[in-house]
Amino acid sequence: MGTNFEEQFQQKIDQETKIEPKDWMPQKYRHTLIRQISQHAHSEIVGMLPEGNWITRAPSLKRKSILLAKIQDEAGHGLYLYAAAETLGISRDEMYEQLHEGKAKYSSIFNYPTLTWADIGAIGWLVDGAAIMNQVPLCRSSFGPYARAMVRVCKEESFHQRQGFESLLVLSKGTEEQKRMCQDAINRWWWPCLMMFGPPDDESPNTLQSMQWKIKRFSNDELRQKFVNMIAEQVKVLHMTLPDPDLKWNEEKNQYDFGKINWEEFKQVLQGNGPCNKERMDARRKAWEDGAWVREAANAYAAKKSIAS
Amino acid sequence: MTTKEIENPLIKFLLHLGDNALIMGHRNSEWCGHGPVLEQDIALTNIALDQIGQARNFYQYAAKLIAEKSGEKLTEDSFAYLRDSWDFKNCLLVELPNGHWGRTILKQFIVSAYKSCLYQALTSNADEQLAGIASKSLKEISYHLRWSSEWVIRLGDGTPESKQKMQDAITSIWPYTNEWTNFTDYELNILGDNHWNIKENWETILKKVFLEAGLSIPTNGYQHSGGKMGNHTEHLGYILTEMQFLQRAYPNAEW
Ligand SMILES: [Fe+2]
Ligand SMILES: [Fe+2]
Repeated sequence: MGTNFEEQFQQKIDQETKIEPKDWMPQKYRHTLIRQISQHAHSEIVGMLPEGNWITRAPSLKRKSILLAKIQDEAGHGLYLYAAAETLGISRDEMYEQLHEGKAKYSSIFNYPTLTWADIGAIGWLVDGAAIMNQVPLCRSSFGPYARAMVRVCKEESFHQRQGFESLLVLSKGTEEQKRMCQDAINRWWWPCLMMFGPPDDESPNTLQSMQWKIKRFSNDELRQKFVNMIAEQVKVLHMTLPDPDLKWNEEKNQYDFGKINWEEFKQVLQGNGPCNKERMDARRKAWEDGAWVREAANAYAAKKSIAS
Repeated sequence: MTTKEIENPLIKFLLHLGDNALIMGHRNSEWCGHGPVLEQDIALTNIALDQIGQARNFYQYAAKLIAEKSGEKLTEDSFAYLRDSWDFKNCLLVELPNGHWGRTILKQFIVSAYKSCLYQALTSNADEQLAGIASKSLKEISYHLRWSSEWVIRLGDGTPESKQKMQDAITSIWPYTNEWTNFTDYELNILGDNHWNIKENWETILKKVFLEAGLSIPTNGYQHSGGKMGNHTEHLGYILTEMQFLQRAYPNAEW
């Protein structure tokens, strides 16, 4: 019996038929997806914090509106993704609990600080850019609700990337200080962005199975390489540089060679030792705890109303 | 900004409307990423965005009028970023700190209720552009009013704790309510006889929602004012310090 289900399941995957929440699926497939989708949802929500840091200081009303709308989009991504994960049998509250207890991860990138206004542009261009690289293939994920959520998410992410780039472009044509701000932001965000694709393939334990199940379509290193190729070209338009002396076009391989990533830093950030891990988690927990009375009141009110009707 | 004193009542009125929207939007935006429920975080950010959009419309119109009158070239950002607190004409209520979620909602409710009445009156104003901005904004405001009313009722009629928190919030906010309908000369100049309806309609909405929420309105007590004439609370200086930082630190840069 078991093998029969499993065979049918793998057959569907091979034929590119989407797996839907009510379909039979291996436990491990379910758990892998819950882990991945909830981690993704948490990243959207925690990612609101470093950018939110500059809402009240945005340098013009237009930039303020763009930033608010972008962060609002990220919250929306969180919503779709939590909803997609819920179809697998876990509640949003349970996922929050895992986040607050430090059991669930979120993207390491959001543990870095936003120190100047240029960081907002750099996040849009580089962080959202890296997110798109990771996420476009997920639009073809074998799990239907995830794939569908990603289609909506990706559309908005590419908009964010263009806006971020445009905001840096303005700085790059501005005063000496603005140019300096722009270069400094690129310098600080570049390496952490390369880490967003996860550990190198030979150290990525989950990749192979995820590729077989078509939860994942490209390996970490493949996606990272695509990202480097794209950004190495775009940075020229800004007349800025990437902080990597080894970055060089390789004619033979038809791609950019780039320098060694400091994986020790990545490990430290994952272990909670990034510059802002504590601030981010404290902020999330505080929002949750401070909001407890509001949620209780809303529930109590809803209960009264449902009795009355 | 070199226009030290703007004496034209319409321009003053536009700045008053713009400042109310901007500062309220600024306070709302402080919640972004920190709300108690993700959906409501999005809703409040949306309201912040709407209000900043309204402020931009009023400022743009004011800039146009000033250019016509004096040739001085200003933009929406000149008003937001390059004035000091004495030039701001918003009511004091919008600059008060947010406090907890319920207090923020309460402020938004009181302001949305007022704006729904004011903007309704403005839709028939003789100045067509002002009337146009008002009727465009009115759609947004009726959503803000519905959303905030629902939350005032939900929290007022939720748990004993939430009821107490809302009642305390009303007590602390109430001294900042009369200012809204204590009309200045520049408001009366633009509103004309319409202003009587505004006060009455506003009170009707407040009473109705507070009644449904089981919350009571304080009947007396001192009422603060001065914002409309540029006399603000200490809070506004900090809002401006934060908001204007980049424009002040790097003058004349394009962003
Ligand atoms: Fe996103
Ligand atoms: Fe994004």
